[in-house]
Amino acid sequence: MSLSSLLLSLSGAGLIAFFIGFLRAKIMARGKERSVHSRPGYHAGFLALWTSLPAIIVLLIWAAVEPRFIDREVQSSLSAQVLQGSEAQIGLTMGVVRSVAAGIKTFSREELEAAKANPQEAQRLLSQKGIIVASAPGRAIIDSAELLNELNAKSSLAKTYTAAILALLGFVIAFIRISPNLRARNSVERVVVAGLMVASSVAILTTAGIVLSVLFQSLDFFNRVSIIDFLTGTVWDPRFADAGSGSTEGQFGLVPLMWGTLYISFVALVVAVPIGLFAAIYMSEYAHPKVRATVKPLLEMLAGIPTIVYGFFAVITVGPFLNFIGSKAGLVIQPTSVLTAGIVMGIMIIPFVSSLSDDIISAVPLALREGSYGLGATQSETIKRVVLPAALPGIVGAILLAASRAIGETMIVVLAAGIAANLTLNPFESVTTITVKIVSQLTGDLEFNTPQTLVAFALGLTLFVLTLGLNVYALYIVRKYREQYE
Amino acid sequence: MSVLADESSVTGLAAVSAESRFDNPALMRRRRRAEVRFQLYGLLAIALGLSCLVILFTSIIGNGWTAFFQTSIELPITFDAQEIDPDGTRKPSAFASANYQKLAYTALYKILGVDPSIRPQRTAANALLSREIDSQLREMVTADPSIIGSTKKVWVLASGNADALLKGKIDRKLPQENRQISDQQLAWIDQLTGSGIMKKLFNTGLFTNTASSQPETAGLAVALLGSFYIMLIVVLLSVPLGVAAAIYLEEFAPRNRFTDLIEVNINNLAAVPSIVFGLLGLAVFINFAGLPRSASLVGGLVLTLRTLPTVIIATRAAISAVPPSIREAALGVGASKVQTVFHHVLPLSLPGIITGTILGLIQALGETAPLLMIGMVAFVVDVPSSPLDPATALPVQIYMWATEAERGFVEKTAGATIVLLMILAVMNIITMVLRKRYERKW
Repeated sequence: MSLSSLLLSLSGAGLIAFFIGFLRAKIMARGKERSVHSRPGYHAGFLALWTSLPAIIVLLIWAAVEPRFIDREVQSSLSAQVLQGSEAQIGLTMGVVRSVAAGIKTFSREELEAAKANPQEAQRLLSQKGIIVASAPGRAIIDSAELLNELNAKSSLAKTYTAAILALLGFVIAFIRISPNLRARNSVERVVVAGLMVASSVAILTTAGIVLSVLFQSLDFFNRVSIIDFLTGTVWDPRFADAGSGSTEGQFGLVPLMWGTLYISFVALVVAVPIGLFAAIYMSEYAHPKVRATVKPLLEMLAGIPTIVYGFFAVITVGPFLNFIGSKAGLVIQPTSVLTAGIVMGIMIIPFVSSLSDDIISAVPLALREGSYGLGATQSETIKRVVLPAALPGIVGAILLAASRAIGETMIVVLAAGIAANLTLNPFESVTTITVKIVSQLTGDLEFNTPQTLVAFALGLTLFVLTLGLNVYALYIVRKYREQYE
Repeated sequence: MSVLADESSVTGLAAVSAESRFDNPALMRRRRRAEVRFQLYGLLAIALGLSCLVILFTSIIGNGWTAFFQTSIELPITFDAQEIDPDGTRKPSAFASANYQKLAYTALYKILGVDPSIRPQRTAANALLSREIDSQLREMVTADPSIIGSTKKVWVLASGNADALLKGKIDRKLPQENRQISDQQLAWIDQLTGSGIMKKLFNTGLFTNTASSQPETAGLAVALLGSFYIMLIVVLLSVPLGVAAAIYLEEFAPRNRFTDLIEVNINNLAAVPSIVFGLLGLAVFINFAGLPRSASLVGGLVLTLRTLPTVIIATRAAISAVPPSIREAALGVGASKVQTVFHHVLPLSLPGIITGTILGLIQALGETAPLLMIGMVAFVVDVPSSPLDPATALPVQIYMWATEAERGFVEKTAGATIVLLMILAVMNIITMVLRKRYERKW
């Protein structure tokens, strides 16, 4: 049986065990409900868990280990000539073996004999079954394919028996243990809490996955291109660097990408901080609660709009508009430019600044304001001289969070910033960013052994470290500030 | 005396300074103006922010609403047996190679009174029809071969240029040389629209067609289905995982280094750029686990990881909003900790959990960058029949159309954007209604 049908039948067995356990507990408890430790449902759950859980765990481990094991066996059966070839060649041959194996599974005995005798015949028969192989498979390939099928069948059979025995064993053990004194509820609850804990560690696994996958590929990249050249190079031109050749120095320079990223984020902050901050001040200090209740969600809509929509907006409206203004003023503003991307990204992060600042300003204790009013200050003087200085660390934290958003943003810059890696101060020219280059290096044909693809992971690592640093620092500031008034 | 003088000098001094602060009309006016100015800045900032929202929506809707309509022509097409199936075999292979475009052209010549033997006239007339009529008519014949030999009225697509003219995107007043449509064609189009056989119909093709290089026949079917599969996987995985994680952290976790680590982790994961999740998906799901590229399954897995922090944070907030008295009451009548949580706390926090989950889904539906990393940016012609087939997603389709060079795709892109925004709006409205209806203040 296949893994999925096995898992399904184990779940079915668990369900049946549940009903049996339920009936068993009911019968056992008849007349002496008070002296039974657990409710019938827990006995049922106890029986079901013992029946299916051990088998499922063993099966999952088996499924994770199995392919490696079988592949190694089959690979060692390949001819010596193939095994001496490169890794890619072995992989290719293994692919052929796999598809041939899938094909000969459907062959009759006579067809199989014919295929073994004549490679051309084998190819024809395979194509009849809808399997196209590039070259006529020889006897050796078909033998390997047969071995693969045989091993798979053996493993599948063994898997089925193991699962069945484990399920039966678990069922019997648990069934015998069912008694009025059995603390079934405690056992079931322990499993439930363990399950909850496993779920919560998925977050850890994700972070570990990100760090490990990005880190390993980056290390691979730094083996080919020196990390110092990567960090200090001012030329980004990956195309002319052949894989493995020594002439890759300076071609993967991070500096122009980092410059583009920071420049666009800076423009975005120049747009977003004044608008967001003044909006936050007005909403928290002046606006009627009803006005605030409508304006705040409306502004937050800006953060809910998918970034691809902003990118498209930049392409069809903001870019042409800036170009038009520029031509009136005698300036050359390219349709994709620092300004276009920066302004649109600024619009996107307005709510990040405004909502968080609003919360922080509202959290400043009323007593500070009243003290200031009592000394005769007007409302705006109070805000400027008392409230804002008190809220400043929190606001800085909010701005840093917005900056980290801007640095990691992809779709707006992909459409609006351009792809030329320029090191320019002119905001009307196009620059490119780290995220844009990750996208352009990884779309299209992928080979995981060229610096051209691996550099994307090094860029990803840079991005991850940068945004993580900003976030941790910003959260630290915000938290420290919050504690001050609590 | 001297004391008095001293006193008066002191009060006098105080009077002067008080005057300068409060009784000095010029200063007060200045301070009041500063106050008004400051308020005005705030109003201006809000107005700017909101006008950005308005401009964004008007620009998208203004560019895109016409995408929901498509110019079609109703032609009486004769399914000529000689043309479709000259050998009379009625085999699908014969239908596949016939020249259906010609059938439509012939019908059009008849209506316009074009002499087919004059070449320039013929080409000008042909340019009114879409090139994709071929497949439309072929499908009709393959589905029902009995229509061969009969004449039927069929709505066929007009060409992109004719469509653009009817939607007012081509200026009639331009001289003929600068216009994509000649004077002759203009007259024909007016004749056809005048007699009511050429008009704009609701564009169902936008929702049912798959990828195409012609803007008039490109549709969102693959993207909508791909996004649906992705959402399904995200719901199936992120809700149980996220809710379970939140319950553990909020109710069961002991205060130790490990739980602290998990908490810091979740907060930081929520802020990791989404493109990094794409790198994770590429390296782990495709390169390591060997799942198929471009499949919505991988997209769903990546976006599950992306939305998990959102779901966990929202669920934790909902759970911690349930007052401790509920828990204490349950524990007091003898419920175990697990029973308390699952029988009392969880049901009470359900509305909050559902809103949090929908918010996570909204985030996942608009996510583009991670899907580009795992190869969902592909020209997919076949509608995916399972989450393992190559597919695209709605935002990725918008990206692909936005980078198409042809003018007609701008309208399509904006149309697809409207579809995406509408779905998001509906989901947002659902959360608002849920929040209004079920939110409980303890």
